[in-house]
Amino acid sequence: MLSYIIRRLLLMVVTLFDVSITIFLLLRIVPGNIADILFDSAGLIDPAEKQKIIADLGLDKSLPVQYAQWILGLFRGDLGFSYVSEKPVIDEILPRIPITARLAGLALLFAIAMGVPLGVISAVRQNTGLDYALRVLSLSGLSMPSFWLGLLILMAFVHYFGTIPIYDRAPANFWAWLQMLVIPAAAVGFRSAALIMRLTRSSMLEVLRQDYVRTARSKGLSDGSVTYNHALRNAVLPVITVIGVETAFLMGGLIVTETVFNIPGVARFLVEAIRWRDYPMVQNLVMFIALVVVVVNLIVDLAYMFVDPRIRYSE
Amino acid sequence: MGFVARLLMACLLTLCAGTAHAQKQGGVLRVTHRDNPPSASIHEEATISTDMPFMAVFNNLVVFDSDSKQNRLDRILPDLATSWKLSDDDKTLTFQLRDGVKWHDGKPFTSADVKCTWDVVSGKVDGKMRKNPHKTWWFNVKEITVNGPLEVAFHLTDPQPSLLVMLAGGFAPVYPCHVPAAQMRTHPIGTGPFKFVEFKQNESIRLERNPQYWKPGRPYLDGIEYSIIANRSTAILALVAGKFDLTLTGEVTPELVKDVKAQVPQMECLVQPSNTQGNLLVNRERPPFDNPLIRRVLSLSIDRKAFSDILSRGVYNIGGAMLAPPEGLWGWSPEFMATVPGYGADVEKSREEGRRIMRELGYGPDKMMPLKVSTRNIADYRDASVILIDHLKTVYIQGELEPLDSSVWYARLARKDYAVGMNVQGTGIDDPDVQFFENYLCGSERNYTSYCNADLEKLYHQQSMMKDQDARRKLVWEIDRKLQEDGARPVVYQSQGGTCWWPQVKGLKLAVNSIYNHWRFEDVWLDR
Repeated sequence: MLSYIIRRLLLMVVTLFDVSITIFLLLRIVPGNIADILFDSAGLIDPAEKQKIIADLGLDKSLPVQYAQWILGLFRGDLGFSYVSEKPVIDEILPRIPITARLAGLALLFAIAMGVPLGVISAVRQNTGLDYALRVLSLSGLSMPSFWLGLLILMAFVHYFGTIPIYDRAPANFWAWLQMLVIPAAAVGFRSAALIMRLTRSSMLEVLRQDYVRTARSKGLSDGSVTYNHALRNAVLPVITVIGVETAFLMGGLIVTETVFNIPGVARFLVEAIRWRDYPMVQNLVMFIALVVVVVNLIVDLAYMFVDPRIRYSE
Repeated sequence: MGFVARLLMACLLTLCAGTAHAQKQGGVLRVTHRDNPPSASIHEEATISTDMPFMAVFNNLVVFDSDSKQNRLDRILPDLATSWKLSDDDKTLTFQLRDGVKWHDGKPFTSADVKCTWDVVSGKVDGKMRKNPHKTWWFNVKEITVNGPLEVAFHLTDPQPSLLVMLAGGFAPVYPCHVPAAQMRTHPIGTGPFKFVEFKQNESIRLERNPQYWKPGRPYLDGIEYSIIANRSTAILALVAGKFDLTLTGEVTPELVKDVKAQVPQMECLVQPSNTQGNLLVNRERPPFDNPLIRRVLSLSIDRKAFSDILSRGVYNIGGAMLAPPEGLWGWSPEFMATVPGYGADVEKSREEGRRIMRELGYGPDKMMPLKVSTRNIADYRDASVILIDHLKTVYIQGELEPLDSSVWYARLARKDYAVGMNVQGTGIDDPDVQFFENYLCGSERNYTSYCNADLEKLYHQQSMMKDQDARRKLVWEIDRKLQEDGARPVVYQSQGGTCWWPQVKGLKLAVNSIYNHWRFEDVWLDR
C-alpha cells in the first residue's frame, strides 16, 4: 500500500513536470505576447516601447532560461509577478481558489445529492413512468448548455423576484456565501447530477441482475436493504470515478458559469490571463489545476479500497 | 449697500442655499464595467475602460463645462488652474495654479507636477511609462516652464487654440511627480474628488470620497464601485434588477436600450455618438492597392446607409473623419457631404463608376479580384467586415474574411501585414488636431495605413493655428474631403452607444460629442 502511494506520488511529479513543459511551450507557440496585447488598449504599437516591455519582462531571454527561472521560482515559492496587474501572482491566485472551491464543492454536493438517489430510483423503477421522467430530466441536464441555463435562471429571477443572484461583492459570512453560490452551483451541478444519475442507473441495473442480489432477496432481506446495502455499494465504483473526474473539471472548467454569474473564480481568471498572454499567471494556474486533478485522481483510486474491500493495491 | 441690493443678495443666498440643500450627501454609486482595464494609468491607455473609472481620481488643469452638451473650446472651466492667459504671439499659454491643493498621499501639488506630467507625455523625458498613446496630442508643445510653485507656462512651436481642448479632456490628468509610473498603473494617486482604494483584477474597482478635496462640499458620493461583468446580458439584467445604478458608458447598444426601457420605463438612457468610427484600412504599400484607382473603387463600393441600417437600425451616423453634426462640431454639413465622392445618395451610381474602373483594369463578373479582409475577431469588427465583403462583390471584388486575435491584429498592422482591414477606433476629443495628427500625420503610430500627404499636412498645421473657428471648420471640411477622396482611411460609419442609469442618480451630465470627458463624478449624488 505504502509503496503504491509512493509510486503514485512519483508519477504525480512526472505528470506535473510534463504539464509544466507543455503549458510553457504552448503559451509561447500561440501568436502574440503581452506586449502586443498591452498595446491593444492604446490602439498602436510603438516598436521601441514594445521592445522595452519585452526586455523588462524578460521575454527576450532564451526559452530554457525562462523555463528554468519559472521552475526554480516555484521551488522557492516565488510564483513571479503578473504582467498585467504587476502584483505577485500568489496574491492574485490565492483569493480566487476558495471562491471556485466553494462553488465546485457546492455543485458537487448538489450533483451527488440529486444524481445518486435519482439514479437508484430510476434503476429500481425501470421502465415505469417515473423512470422515463427521470431519464428525460437527466438527458435535459446533459443537453442544455450551462450558459443558456444560467441566463434563463437569471432572467427568471429578475422577472419574478426582482433580484439577481450574481456576485457583486465578497459575501461577509458563511450564509451570505451560501446564498450567493447556491443558484450558480445548482445551475452547474445540474449537468453533473444528470451524468451521475445516468451512470448510477446503468450501473445499478447491471448489479441488480447479479446472483448475489437475487440471493439477498431470497434470504428475505427488504427491498431497501438489498438496494442500498448490497446493490448500491457495488454499483457506486464507476460513480466515484465520475465524481473524481467532475471534481477536477469543476476546479478549472467553470468558465461559463463564472462568467454568467460574474463569479471571480479561477476559470474566468485563467481565460482572461490567457487572453492577455500573462504567462506567469497562466503557467501557475494551470499547474495548480493539474495538481488538483492528480491529487483527486489519487484520492479516487484510494477510495476504491475503502468502498470495495476486494480491491487491494499489492506491493 | 442699499435696501434693494441687500434684499436681492438675501434672495440670491437663499436660492443658492436651497439648491445646495437639494443634493444629498452619501451613498456609493454602483457601476457596471465591461472588462478588466489594462491598467489604472489614464496617460498610458486609450480606452474608456480605464478613463471612466479613474478620471475621478484626478484633476486636469482645465475641464469641459459639464453644463454644455458639447465639449467645446468656448465652454472650458478652471480646474487645477484658476486662470490662464495666452501671450500676444499666441505661443505661450500661462496657467495660474490653485493654491493649497494636496495629492491623495498628502504631498502638495505644485507647478512641478504639471511640468513633469507634460514633459513625460510629450516624450521629452522618459517617465518609465509602458505606453504613451496620446503623445501626438502634444506635438506642438516645445517646452514647459515653471515660475514658482503656482505658475506654469506651455511654450508652443506654433499658435494652437485647441491645445486647451486637449488639456480639458479625460485623457489629460495631472500626474504627481513623486509617484513612479509603475505605481500609477496599479495604485494611482491624484488630487481628484475620489481616492483610489482597490483594483481587483477582473472583479472590481473601488474609489472612496476624498474628504480633503479642494472644492468645498464636493463630492457628494461616499464612493464609487465598479463591478467588472464580462457578460453583457448579465450586466444588463443586473442593472434592471437594481443591483447597479449606472452602466459603463456606451455599453448598451441602441437595441438593448429599447429592451431596458421596455422593462423599466423610468430608467434613464442616452444613446450618443461614442466618437468611435468604423473605417477601412487599405495597405497602400501592397499591390494592387498601391494603385489609387483600386483604392478609389473600394470607397465607391461602400453603401454607408446599409452599414448603419444593418448594424444599428439606422442609428449610426454617416460622416467623414470628423464626427457628424449636430453632435459633432467639425463634421460635414449634409449638403457638403452630398458632394463628397462615395457619400452621395445614389450608391448605385458610385458602384457603376467603380465597376467601370475595374473593367478598365481587366476585372469583371467572370474575373473577380480576390481579396482578404482582415479584422479583429470581435463581433463589432466581424459584423462590419461581413457587410463590407458583400459590398465589395458589387465592384467585382471577391472578399474573404480573415478574423484575427487581438494580440495579432496590432502586430500585423504595425508590420503592414494585411491588404484590407476593417477597423473600429475611437477618438478622445472632438477636435481636428486630435484626429488629424493622431491618425493621418506622416509617421504617426496610429497612422496604420502610412498615409502621407505633405500638402495636406501643411493644411493640418494651418487649421490648427486658426483662431476663427468658422473659417477653421471650412478648412477642416476640405481636409476631410481630401482624406476620403484619397482613400486614406475610408470612414464607413460613426457608431453610437447607450448609457443607462436609474433615476436616483442625479447630476450626471454627458456630452454628446465625446464619451471620455465627463467622469469626474464630483457633482453626482444619489437620491435614495
